[in-house]
Amino acid sequence: MNQAATAATDYNYTVVRQFTVMTIVWGIVGMAVGVLIAAQLVWPALNFDTPWLTYSRLRPLHTNAVIFAFGTSALMATSLYVVQRTTQARLFGGALASFVFWGWTAIILAAAITLPLGISSSKEYAELEWPIDIAIAVVWVAYGIVFFGTLVKRKVAHIYVANWFFGAFIITVAVLHIVNSGAIPLHAGKSYSIYAGAVDAMVQWWYGHNAVGFLLTAGFLGIMYYFVPKQAGRPVYSYRLSIVHFWALVSIYIWAGPHHLHYTALPDWAQSLGMVMSLILFAPSWGGMINGIMTLSGAWHKLRYDPILRFLIVSLSFYGMSTFEGPMMSIKTVNALSHYTDWTVGHVHSGALGWVAMVSIGAVYHLIPVLFGQGRMYSISLINTHFWLSTIGVVLYIVAMWISGVMQGLMWRAVNEDGTLTYSFVESLVASKPFYIVRLIGGLFFLAGMFVMAYNTYKTIRAEKGSLQAVEQD
Amino acid sequence: MTAFWSVWITVITLGSIAGCCWLLYICTKNNTGVEEGKSMGHEFDGIEELNNPLPKWWSYMFVLTIVFALGYLAFYPGLGNWQGLFGWKSAEKDIKSIAEGQERIAAYQGDVANQYQNEVAHADARFGEVFKALAYDSDGSYKAIEDLALDPEAIKVGERLYLQNCSQCHGSTGRGGKGFPNLTDGDWLYGGTGEQIKATLMYGRAGQMPGWEAVLGDDGIEQMTDYVLSLSGRKVNDVNAAKGEAQFAMCAACHGADGKGNQALGAPNLTNGIWLYGGSRKAIEETLRYGRNGVMPAWEDILGEDKIHLISAYVYQLSR
Repeated sequence: MNQAATAATDYNYTVVRQFTVMTIVWGIVGMAVGVLIAAQLVWPALNFDTPWLTYSRLRPLHTNAVIFAFGTSALMATSLYVVQRTTQARLFGGALASFVFWGWTAIILAAAITLPLGISSSKEYAELEWPIDIAIAVVWVAYGIVFFGTLVKRKVAHIYVANWFFGAFIITVAVLHIVNSGAIPLHAGKSYSIYAGAVDAMVQWWYGHNAVGFLLTAGFLGIMYYFVPKQAGRPVYSYRLSIVHFWALVSIYIWAGPHHLHYTALPDWAQSLGMVMSLILFAPSWGGMINGIMTLSGAWHKLRYDPILRFLIVSLSFYGMSTFEGPMMSIKTVNALSHYTDWTVGHVHSGALGWVAMVSIGAVYHLIPVLFGQGRMYSISLINTHFWLSTIGVVLYIVAMWISGVMQGLMWRAVNEDGTLTYSFVESLVASKPFYIVRLIGGLFFLAGMFVMAYNTYKTIRAEKGSLQAVEQD
Repeated sequence: MTAFWSVWITVITLGSIAGCCWLLYICTKNNTGVEEGKSMGHEFDGIEELNNPLPKWWSYMFVLTIVFALGYLAFYPGLGNWQGLFGWKSAEKDIKSIAEGQERIAAYQGDVANQYQNEVAHADARFGEVFKALAYDSDGSYKAIEDLALDPEAIKVGERLYLQNCSQCHGSTGRGGKGFPNLTDGDWLYGGTGEQIKATLMYGRAGQMPGWEAVLGDDGIEQMTDYVLSLSGRKVNDVNAAKGEAQFAMCAACHGADGKGNQALGAPNLTNGIWLYGGSRKAIEETLRYGRNGVMPAWEDILGEDKIHLISAYVYQLSR
């Protein structure tokens, strides 16, 4: 019955289509820059003595491109799709949705120009200077209006759980961005934070960790809650679990930032709170994984032939792994070993590649045929190829960084019988080099998968409408 | 912090944790009015939600983390001004001056659980003996640095200390870099005896070359550059160099009339072809025009004299 109503509603798919295609484009750009800087860590000469190709400028370009161009495009595409489908209402705000797309695209282009020029506020994941920050705030508020406006005019009584997560992510990211970006401008290309010292560090990591918590976790759980049950054709496992883990997740995550500042000038009480809240966060984080994986009950056999479902389920496995690893690394004594090493880099990428990228890729493969009037993607076997390229790439990446990171931590703390350090810093770099090569190979695998996806998407979009028929397999 | 903020932090922290417990408690029971395992009856774009119970192992795990958190907050600082039952602190974080810090340290004697202080004391007790055994004679005075430089064991330890503390600027082989003196070439700004090297390490040095742009003008800088280059036998414009030499008196105050420098002032020898900030024409012109500021930090308070004595011996033998 409601299926019929869904088909009848005139949804705004234009903005969804735009963001979906740009997800793939920005994914390739962001990951290609990542591969380049991974190569620079092996062969420093690859910066060609050119200022705008140096690691210091390309690294923020990489993180901004994958988080705010690739990841956020995926979130905007899916949230604006899911909110329409699950409320049976067309997007609120008319042209405002187009403004969100073009505004966001302009912001990404501004980032791609200013960061290589060395224009940076120097705050990690918030490097963009104040004029761009203001533009982000404006576009983000417009995005919020479109999303919540649609929720308000919904034609169903309840609000679906995916929308809780999208809503929480939109509101919180707005607050985080606006508070952390508070700065006094010197001129158009330079500003200074309005916070000082340990307070500045705390605000920065309150922002930084919740960019992870709300953008990269809550937002993508929103994706998971729609695309996993939809792709599996199964009901969500537990409504009650979704209530507990949603509210616990959003109320606890906001506390976790201080674990980035263990053993620093941050007061002890704040460090302790950051640590215990990160530990409590373990169960609420896993609630989402359990709900996603258990949704497959009765549909496990679909994994045999559906590589899209494989993407989604493997992404949940990586999600579970990194949300176990995170609380563990927030324990001060573990952090004393892991902090400032490649272990952190590996942890981030098991979340960013394994969870964020793979769940987005799964969702995009689900979306493309729907948005472009097809029954399936051009080639299922190419999706499968992409799946294995991604999985092998992530595993190579994170295993290399685990080994390198733990080794660095142990080398840095090793002392001789006279108390002096056994190894100089450069010795730990030399020891890490083989793992940097493995990491580069892992990154190349992942990037290659994105090109396969781009080709498959191109062929699907260019195919005659309705010519690609869904394969019935049950 | 003030009592208000202390209460604020405590109430929100415990409130959030209590909220999680309450949420877990009410959702453990089935209050939905729907039989367990059945659909909630909502449907969104074809997606239904089942009313399955929370996995037991998951709920226990949740409770376990909360129990741990409350225990931790009882024993360690976290709830506002509550210092924790262990009285532990990572370091003295409310100190505003060096004097205040030294006072506080002198006052403790290990009965307060200040982790940083305890670790430093522990390291000093354990490793201090190693340095003492190498650096001191049997009569309790320091061995002469020149003698210590012949002791392979002392040099090994001195090298490790050097690599850990000095190599960042002077390089792991001691060859220095632009602005950081080469320690292997036998050319010393402040003197190369053992005691002179040790004094440099202990108290630091501040080398100041003033900028002469305003005094000499563009032509004057160019002429002086020619003259300075000529001092180390470089081929220059002799007419310019002669004009530069006429003005050299103001430089001679530090660098000496013959340009051979003055170790008492740290003024470099200009005749030996060794250039701290580069020997190209452009680099020397820049030095003359804008001046230079070289800073060697004082290590006395950071490393202590025993370690510095050993590093001095290592540095002493680098150029021999």
